[in-house]
Parts: sequence; structure tokens; C-alpha cells
Amino acid sequence: MKIIACVKRVPTTEVQAKVGADGKSLDTAGFEYMLSFYDDLAVEEALKAKEKHGGEVTVLTLGPSECSKELREALAKGADKAMIVVDPQWNTRDARSTAKILAAKIRELGADVVFTGRVATDRDQSSVGPMIAAYLDMACVTDVVKLDLAATGGSAQRESEAGVETLTFPLPAVITCDKGLNEPRYAGLKGIMAAKKKTIEEVSVQDVPNASLVLGIELPPPRKEGRIVGEGVAAVPALIEALKNEAKVL
Amino acid sequence: MSTIVVFVEHKAGAARRASLETLGAAHASGLSVVAVVTGAGAAEVAPTLGASGAKKVVVVTGADNFSPDGCARDVAQAVQQHGAKAFLCANTSAGKDLLARVAGLLDCVPFADCVDFKHDAGAFTVRRPVLAGKATLTVQSGSPVLCATLRPNTFAAASGGGAAEVTSVATLGGKVTVTAIAAKSDARLDVKEAPIVVSGGRGLREATNFKLVEDLAAAFGNAAVGASRAVVDAGWRPHSEQVGQTGKTVSPQLYFAVGISGAIQHLAGMRTAKVIVAINKDAAAPIFKVADYGIVGDAFEVLPALTEAIKKARA
Repeated sequence: MKIIACVKRVPTTEVQAKVGADGKSLDTAGFEYMLSFYDDLAVEEALKAKEKHGGEVTVLTLGPSECSKELREALAKGADKAMIVVDPQWNTRDARSTAKILAAKIRELGADVVFTGRVATDRDQSSVGPMIAAYLDMACVTDVVKLDLAATGGSAQRESEAGVETLTFPLPAVITCDKGLNEPRYAGLKGIMAAKKKTIEEVSVQDVPNASLVLGIELPPPRKEGRIVGEGVAAVPALIEALKNEAKVL
Repeated sequence: MSTIVVFVEHKAGAARRASLETLGAAHASGLSVVAVVTGAGAAEVAPTLGASGAKKVVVVTGADNFSPDGCARDVAQAVQQHGAKAFLCANTSAGKDLLARVAGLLDCVPFADCVDFKHDAGAFTVRRPVLAGKATLTVQSGSPVLCATLRPNTFAAASGGGAAEVTSVATLGGKVTVTAIAAKSDARLDVKEAPIVVSGGRGLREATNFKLVEDLAAAFGNAAVGASRAVVDAGWRPHSEQVGQTGKTVSPQLYFAVGISGAIQHLAGMRTAKVIVAINKDAAAPIFKVADYGIVGDAFEVLPALTEAIKKARA
């Protein structure tokens, strides 16, 4: 089985946003980065698919050369190959151009199944996975919390407002992974040593210009100063009064 | 007149509130609104949508077993047949999924979870949060069709519209099919859509104590239960309830944070709530910095008293 895990480097969830000098992007000075939380689940599910069906796992990303750090960790966990589509504009690319570039690369590499996180925790779009599927005419199931993968297709569960949906899909398919699907493994010493010998291929980006135009970025207005209405049970009547007559939400 | 296609979700014979808000936003843009409904019961919902701003309703038939990619093909076809300039749906689980698929089929840029949407002489501009709300982007679409989902509880539904013309079309079908839906065991509201959210954190000490949070939510009657990342990671609550950067971003009218200290990644997920109430033993907890009203105290004492008071106030 040819398996690809599509991942993204994102700022850590602890970063504080600051608007950059151009007023259209974030000032990333001092940002620390990590693999997007849900992409860790995608790597794990790719490794599990390989354990079950054999084959090869390639970890693919679009980003700066520096994200070899995150890819090296995936290799240490057991991925066979890693590739960075090196993109100086990785931080400002819209979902369409990202999906088109990755879809073209996946077509070239060939894949029976592509795993990705349900969302990248920087742009919060949840779009690139299903768009890759649309561009490659692959099946796709999003936000998957349970997966049963067979040689030609499978069934998956996702949680929606309606409840837990069970879906069947044929391969090739794109699966976007949600929390609950698996518990990502840690890399062992043996894996870490082996990963040092694996090469991370860097390829240049086939540029697809952004169609959208960012006009500005702003931080949320500070919330107006609140107040402590009191301590303990004695404060409950004052809270009810404030919610009713001041905030008018009761 | 230019057209805008809105996908409307429904359940139990009625359109979802978040979909009615999306119809309202589409109607307010001044474009002619074509609603698309699919699945069992779509034909019953269709005639009700005129009042909420739809000029025309397309009922997709033969899609009682929902196919997410089939639905996207049906919507993309409706966009093309009507020469629509925009496609909108609510930012729900199904809506986000649909947005990306339709944008892919139409080769357009998708914009998820928009909090503002403007149409001016054929140009569309949206505002959408990034980094779970730590910042907000203003973006001009630039695609032939604006494709976007709108955040629930953010736009006003329209009322008093006229009758809509209803047509039907057979589904194009897809590769992926929903074969079963295990409905939620109760009629609990989803945390993203509920007008009131009561969230609990580690301050509740153990999973069974969430009963106090559930009781307060039940006293409101229209509240959902939320949870901090710490308690979801501990396995006390399902991930579907998690509020924050690796969970859901919510904008309810009223948000209660009970026993939640207010880590930056949690604040990112709820800071756009209209009114925030924090209940925490620690007067120095960061949650009090964003709260409109705070009670410093033990959740185990304050919550039962608050639940009783809410019951009285709502009676």
C-alpha cells in the first residue's frame, strides 16, 4: 500500500499573536513551531496502515527547510521517506494553492491512501485534505475518529452535530484525522538512530499563485474590563442581577 | 441579478438555526438567494425557506443516504447552473466538509468560519479568525465564486420573506456514503451552535463532578456543555466538547468557565463570547482577565446555588 501522511508545521498553541509591520501578516519573531496537533494523528494512522497492509509511508509537507525537524521525528517513528516542497511563501499561501501544489506532488508520488490532520491549527481552514481529494478525484472522509482500512476501501466514523456517522469509502482516499482516532507513539532510540541515516528530500515548489488577497490582519479588541461580583455562594444573587439587568442575557 | 447559493442543513423537518442565519446573511448581501436542500425530509423543509430569504429552493432527490462528495457535486452543479457568484453554508461539521469539497470542484479559495461577509460591486470580502481567534484576517476572495462558511451565532436570520419557487433535481451521487448515524443519546445542543455554553475544567477535580456543570446547562434549557483541554485529555469528557485552539471555537451569548484557569489556548476558543462568567477558586486565575463577571469561590458550592437561581429566574 502506498501511504502518504500530509503534515504542516504551525506555531505552537502557546504563541501570542502580534501584527507585523505591513499590517497584513503576523510578526513571527520569537514564534516556536511544532507539527500541527492533528497531523501527529495522521502520521500515526499512516504507520498503523503500513503495519496492517505493508507498503511504504512517505511524509509530505509544504514549508521551509527548517521543518526537517518535524519530518525527522516522523521518520524516527517509522516513516520510510520524507519530502519537503520548499516554499518561501508557506506562511501566506491560501488553501487552494496549497492543495493544488500538494495534489500535483501526490499524483507524481502515487498514493492509495493519504492521511492528514482534520485541521492545521494556524489557519483553521480544514480545507486542504478534501481539496486534494477533489483535485485528484479521490474519495475523502473528514474528521475521522475510527477507521477500518481494507485493501480496496474501508469504513470510517466521524462525529458531527447529528451524532456518530459511519461512512464507507473506496480507495484511493484522503482521510482527515480527528482526536480520538489513535494515540501517537513516541520515537524509540532505535528509530531515532535509524532516522539519522534517512534522507529528507527537498524539492522546489511549482508555484501556484494565491487567488485571494489579504487586506489586513488585526488582533481581537481587548475585552472591556470585567469585575468580580463577589465570593462564594453569597455572590450568586449579584451575578443573576448583573446577567439579567446589566448584560441582559437572561 | 447575481445569485448566491446557500446549502441548508435540516433536522426533524426544520432548517438548522445556523443555516437560517446563513440564509439571512446571504439575503442581506442583496443577491438573489438559491437554497439547496438534500436528504430525507428535504421536500418538507423547502417551502419554509422563502420566509427566511430564499428566492428559489433546489431539492436534491435520491440522496436519503447522505454522500458528502455527492452532496458537493450537487451543490457545485447548482452553483454552475445558476451562474452563482457565491456559495455559503453554516460552519458546522457538515458545512466545513462541504466547503472544502465544493471549493475543490470549482477551483476556488475556501474561507472557513467567517465572522463577516461583504459584497460590493461583485467583489467579496470576508473576515475570518486564524490561530483559533488570536487574530482575524480580512481577505478579498479573488475567485470566480466566493466559497465560505459562516460562524453560527454571528449573523441574523431573516424573516418575513415571500414564497420561494421550489424545483427538484436528482443527486449526482458520490464515492463515499453514510451507512449509519448513531444519534446522540439526548437532545443536547452542540457546543458550537448553542447560545449558552457551560464549560468545566480541572477545578472540578474528577469526571463525575461534571454533573454540576450538566445541571447548570440543563437549568438553562438551551445550553451546551463544554470542556477544557485538560479534562478532555484526561478522558473525563469527549473531544466534541473541547473548547480552545485544539478543539472548537465558540461565540455564544453567554459563556460560563467553571474551574478553568484560562490557558491562552482556551481563551482563544471562547473570547468572542458576548458575555463571559468565570467561577474559580483562584482569584489570580487568568480567566478573570477576560471575564465580564467573576465569582471567586468553590465550584462545588457555587454551582448548585447558581443552578437553583437560574431555575428560578427562568421559571
